[in-house]
Amino acid sequence: MAAETEDPNRRDVLVMTANAFAAVGGASLLWPFIHQMNPDAGAQALASIEVDLAPVKEGQAITVMWRGKPLFIRNRTKDEIAAARKTALAELPDVVEPAADTARVKAGKENWLVLVGICTHLGCIPKGQSLADTKGDFGGWFCPCHGSHYDTSGRIRKGPAPRNLDVPPYEFVSDTKIKIG
Amino acid sequence: MSNHVSSYKPLSPMAKWWDDRLPIARLIHDSFVEFPTPRNLNYLWTFGGILSFCLVAQIVTGLVLAMHYQPSGADAFNSVERIRRDVNFGWMIRNFHAVGASMFFVAVYIHIFRGLYYGSYKAPREILWILGVLIFLAMMATAFMGYALPWGQMSFWGVTVITNLFSSLDGVIPGVGTAIVTWLWGGFSVSGATLNRFFSLHYLLPFVIMGLVILHVWALHVAGQNNPTGLDLKHKSDSVPMAPYAVMKDAVGLFAFLIVFAWFVFFLPDYLGHADNYIEANPLVTPPHIVPEWYFLPFYAILRAIPSKLGGVLAMFGAIAVLFFVPWLDTSRVRSTKYRPIYRWFFWLFVISCLALGYLGAKPADGIYVFWARVFTFYYFAHFLIVMPIVGLIETPKQLPRSITEDVLGPDKHTGGGMGIPAGAAAAPEKR
Repeated sequence: MAAETEDPNRRDVLVMTANAFAAVGGASLLWPFIHQMNPDAGAQALASIEVDLAPVKEGQAITVMWRGKPLFIRNRTKDEIAAARKTALAELPDVVEPAADTARVKAGKENWLVLVGICTHLGCIPKGQSLADTKGDFGGWFCPCHGSHYDTSGRIRKGPAPRNLDVPPYEFVSDTKIKIG
Repeated sequence: MSNHVSSYKPLSPMAKWWDDRLPIARLIHDSFVEFPTPRNLNYLWTFGGILSFCLVAQIVTGLVLAMHYQPSGADAFNSVERIRRDVNFGWMIRNFHAVGASMFFVAVYIHIFRGLYYGSYKAPREILWILGVLIFLAMMATAFMGYALPWGQMSFWGVTVITNLFSSLDGVIPGVGTAIVTWLWGGFSVSGATLNRFFSLHYLLPFVIMGLVILHVWALHVAGQNNPTGLDLKHKSDSVPMAPYAVMKDAVGLFAFLIVFAWFVFFLPDYLGHADNYIEANPLVTPPHIVPEWYFLPFYAILRAIPSKLGGVLAMFGAIAVLFFVPWLDTSRVRSTKYRPIYRWFFWLFVISCLALGYLGAKPADGIYVFWARVFTFYYFAHFLIVMPIVGLIETPKQLPRSITEDVLGPDKHTGGGMGIPAGAAAAPEKR
């Protein structure tokens, strides 16, 4: 039968057209069923917050919630800034992103360090926010789950965590107020 | 049929390896590819496939809705509104599910009337038919509980009215009905506790239906499909392989059905529901006019037609229970109503009665409406209990064709036998 007819014949074209039509239709119907699990507009509307820094004294730290995650905001002391500045980049284990302290804070606001408070190892929340906490060997944060030590710039220095603590996108909207997200 | 020799040939060593261990490809080949389907099936036979699609669609969309729905008296109503407004594509998926329930019933009613018209319940398909009635019952329970979940006024008062049906048992043994109703509610009125258990069962029952459908299809494949002549398959020329012939026909029917489905989903999503269900459930205010979803209206009309509480409930459940006995109530030896000149009139009278009961179920229960509801309720039962047994005995059926092939091709072709090659326009259409 195939030998007697041209190739492709009319039926082949019909079958291919129908299959293409079904594939495109099926795929476009699939998307709503996948996308429904993404955060909706309501969740996205809550995706940025403003934080007033005025009550946070030098040496103090606060924890705020942003997108369901804790954010560490620390008003660093002169000593802590100096310790972070003097660390040579070669000593930092995070080779993907060996960030200088200046790259992790806003110019002119070097005392304010804003971090996502989630250990880059397996997602625990490191200690070091309250005065009684152990702050690890480098005076920053210490993750009790698997023993990762972060310095006063939130960079990984010792332990299994692969990356520095993330710095969320933020900006100063006034002298003492930041907008995160 | 199930006892024919399998023609499956594994094409690769891998397929052979699987076939020796778990012959699932062989099962699919024998059941849905090579399976002999009568060559004269009309579009009414596509509703089995359409119903399978409906069940899967309801399960998939329901799974999604359950990800966003809060089954609690305090949050249910708002969570459904959130699905409609905020959840990505929630408006669409929710409409698929709500309209899908109605479409499921449209398809199942056509499927049931097709079975009644062509005598698909007769030997050897009695179990097939009974499984179908069980699926219908499970569908009704699922739909009823699903309608409770948005927790609007119609949800709440629908649940109140239908669960209160069981209190009629107080008329048999005092106290039993009330005890059952309290047990169903998990309280002394319909409450959040009732909603939670309805959600649990609404999630369970579709899988029960799926199990029943598998048995239904199994029974179908043992007996083989009925067809418009009601004759058995006698020659090879009476049947065609399911794929591609019946599969393609099913696909055409399904797409036509989906056009109607999509029209409702995208343009009339609330047409088949009630405005009162967009008012949150309020145990202190009953809506002035409670009506169930359209697909329950005939049974609701039967309930209200009987002037006794227990009697009405018995009649309503009896209207479904009588379907179980149809294979034995119909005494005719001819399956298809096509060849039954007297019964044919009664069949259409029965269809009209069902439609009339549906209309009357939506009307207030007073005056002339009650009178006509009683007339049509009488005929509903008379059709099964009087017409079916008697007409089958007194009727002289028309001359049946000698075979399906003769019915399709004309009197001189009935032997078919080895000449299963279609002639003329049907031959090798790809060459034209």
